[in-house]
Amino acid sequence: MLLYVDLHLVHEVTSPQAFAGLRLSGRAVRRPDLTLAVMDHLVPTWERSRPTPDPIGREQLRQLSENCAAAGIPLLDLNDRRQGIVHVIGPELGMTQPGMTVVCGDSHTATHGAFGALAFGVGTSEVEQVLATQCLWQAPSPTLEVRVDGHLPAGVTAKDVALGIIGRLGVSGGQGSVIEYTGEVIRRLSMEGRMTLCNMTIEAGARAGLVSPDQTTVSYLAGRPGVPAGADFERASERWLQFASDPGADFDRTVEVRAAELAPYVTWGTTPAMVATVTGRVPWLADLLDEAERSAAARALSYMGLTEGTAIEDIPIDRVFIGSCTNSRLEDLRAAAAVAAGRRVHPRVRAMVVPGSGTVKRAAEAEGLDRIFQASGFEWREAGCSMCLGMNPDILQPGERCASTSNRNFEGRQGAGGRTHLVSPAMAAAAALYGHFVDVRRLPSAAAIGN
Amino acid sequence: MDAFTLHEGLCAALSLDDVDTDQIIPKQFLKRTERDGYGDSCFFDWRYDQSGQPRPDFELNHPAYRGASVLLTGRNFGCGSSREHAAWALSGYGFRAVLAASFADIFTTNALANGLLPVRLSEATMETLLKRTRRRDGYRLTIDLTLQQVSDGSGVVAGFDIEPFWRDCLLSGRDPIAMALSQEAAIRAFEETRSELLPVTLDQHRL
Ligand code: SF4
Repeated sequence: MLLYVDLHLVHEVTSPQAFAGLRLSGRAVRRPDLTLAVMDHLVPTWERSRPTPDPIGREQLRQLSENCAAAGIPLLDLNDRRQGIVHVIGPELGMTQPGMTVVCGDSHTATHGAFGALAFGVGTSEVEQVLATQCLWQAPSPTLEVRVDGHLPAGVTAKDVALGIIGRLGVSGGQGSVIEYTGEVIRRLSMEGRMTLCNMTIEAGARAGLVSPDQTTVSYLAGRPGVPAGADFERASERWLQFASDPGADFDRTVEVRAAELAPYVTWGTTPAMVATVTGRVPWLADLLDEAERSAAARALSYMGLTEGTAIEDIPIDRVFIGSCTNSRLEDLRAAAAVAAGRRVHPRVRAMVVPGSGTVKRAAEAEGLDRIFQASGFEWREAGCSMCLGMNPDILQPGERCASTSNRNFEGRQGAGGRTHLVSPAMAAAAALYGHFVDVRRLPSAAAIGN
Repeated sequence: MDAFTLHEGLCAALSLDDVDTDQIIPKQFLKRTERDGYGDSCFFDWRYDQSGQPRPDFELNHPAYRGASVLLTGRNFGCGSSREHAAWALSGYGFRAVLAASFADIFTTNALANGLLPVRLSEATMETLLKRTRRRDGYRLTIDLTLQQVSDGSGVVAGFDIEPFWRDCLLSGRDPIAMALSQEAAIRAFEETRSELLPVTLDQHRL
C-alpha cells in the first residue's frame, strides 16, 4: 500500500544521491512544506566560526544547502540557532505530533514514536521516493507490545529501560515489527525519556516503536513553534488524544518486563544486546549455551580487549561522550550534571558533552549546566551527532575505551579500533569522575537522577 | 531500477550473525555524494589491515571466493544504520544476491531498490548451503526469482518468499517512484482530507 508521509526530515549524509536522482529523472520535490532539512551528522562541534575541516564533508554540506535552496526546503544550517540532531530538533520544534507519519534517512527515526507517531528510518532510494511523491510503498507490520510495569528504582533511567529491553529481546528480537511500549513505567516517563526509549527501538531490530499519546504529550507540545495556538491548540490536542491506544488493544506478541528487575546497564560487547548490569560481570564464555552466541561473544571480547568474567566496575575508561539523539536533551544533561557537580573528571579521562541542539545548549546554559560541566573538566561543545558515529573530528583512537550515552557499540562505530560501552548520562558522568564504571545508585546524587 | 530475473554464480561465505552496516561500509566512506564507487570500501576495516594489505584471516578474502557474486551469511544481516551505501558497496563488490536466515528491515528495502536480491531461507537450508560453500571448491547457486527458488544442481532446491510488490518491480525493472506517481489522483484526494492542524515546515515565522 501507499503510505502518505506527514513529515520528512532530511540531513546531509543520506540525501545527496536522492536529490541527484530527482534531477536525473526531471522530477520535482512534491511537498517542500512537509520537509525539513538540517546539518547534523558530520558537522564539527567546535566553535561555529571554525570551518568544517575536510573538503569532502564540506562538499556534502554545500550540496545540501544548494539542494534545499533549489527545492524550497527549509534548512537549519550551521548558522541557525535551532540547528541540532535531526531527531532532537523535530520534536523540539513541535514538528512531530501524535498520529503523524514521520520518515527520515536515518535508522533512529523511531525516536519520534514517543509522540504516538508512526516513525521509521528509510534508505536513500526511499528518501528520493518521498521527495518526489510524499508517499512510500509499505507492507503492514506485525505488532509487538513491550510492557514495563512497576516502579523504576532510583538511578535507573529510560536509557536503562531501553538497554534492559534490548538485552532481553536481542538485536533481532523485534525484527519486522512495530513496538508499542506500554505499562506504568512508560506512562510515568517524561517525553524526553520516551524519546530515549523509542530511539533505541531499531537496536532490537524493530521498524518503529511508539508510545500512546496522553497528557504528558500534550503538555510537552504546548507552545512549540509547529503547534497551533489558542483555540486551535484545543482542537489539535483533542485530535491528538484520539490517537491514544484502545484499552485492551490486541497485539501479535507481548513481552513483559518488571521495572524492579531493571538496573543501570553497561554494554560489554559489540552489539547493544550484549549488556550487563553495572554490578555484574562480562560473561564467562562457558556459561553461554548457544554455540553461535559463544563465538560472537568471544569475538566481541577480543575486539573490546576484555577478559571473560571481568567485573564491570573494574573496567577502566579513557573517554566519555555525553550526547547523540539518544541522550542529549536537557533532562539528560541535568542528570549528568547532577552527578558531576562539584567533582573533577579523572585525570586519565577526556570527557565531552555535546548538546542535541542549539536550543538545548542555550537552555542548559541558562540554568548553569555548562559551568558545572566545565568546572568539573568536561568539554562543552556545539550541537551535532559528533562522536555517536564519528563522521566529524570527534573520534576515538584505536584501542581507546569510551563510556558513551549513544546507541551503537558496533566495531569501529566511534572511530576505527575504538571500544564503546553504552550507558545512561548519569552512568557516563560517574565513569568520567572515577575513571571506571561505578554504580550511580551508590552515589549521593542518585536521588537526583531523573526517571 | 535494475531488473533481476535469474542469477547463477559463485558463492562466498561470511559466517557471522548480526553483520551491521557499519561493518559493510564504514562511516569514512559516507561523505561522497555519488551512488557508485563503493565496492573497494566494502567491509573495509575487516578486509584490510592498517597498512592497506588484505587481512588473510577475513573469510571473504579467501582466494577461492574471488569473483563470487552470491553472498551467504548469518542471521540478521544488515542491521544498524539505514545507510543505503551498504547495498551500493555489496553491489560494487560484485554481489547480486545475499542469502541469509534473516535480514534487517531497512537493509532489505535498500537492497531490493538496487537490484541486490536478499533471499531469506530457513536456518536448516542456510546451514547446508554455508557448509557446501565453506568447502571452497567453487560451489555455485542459481537464484530464480520467477520460480522463487534457489538450487545448486546437486540436491538442494529451496523456495523463498518475497513481497509481491518487489518481485514485480525486480522482474519488470519498474521504478517504484513512477508507480507511486501513477497514483497522483489518489494522492491528491488524500491530501484534501488532511487536517489543517497538521504542521508545515515552510512557515519560517512560526518555526
Ligand atoms: S546522533 Fe547518532 S544515531 Fe542519532 S542521528 Fe546522529 S548519527 Fe544517527
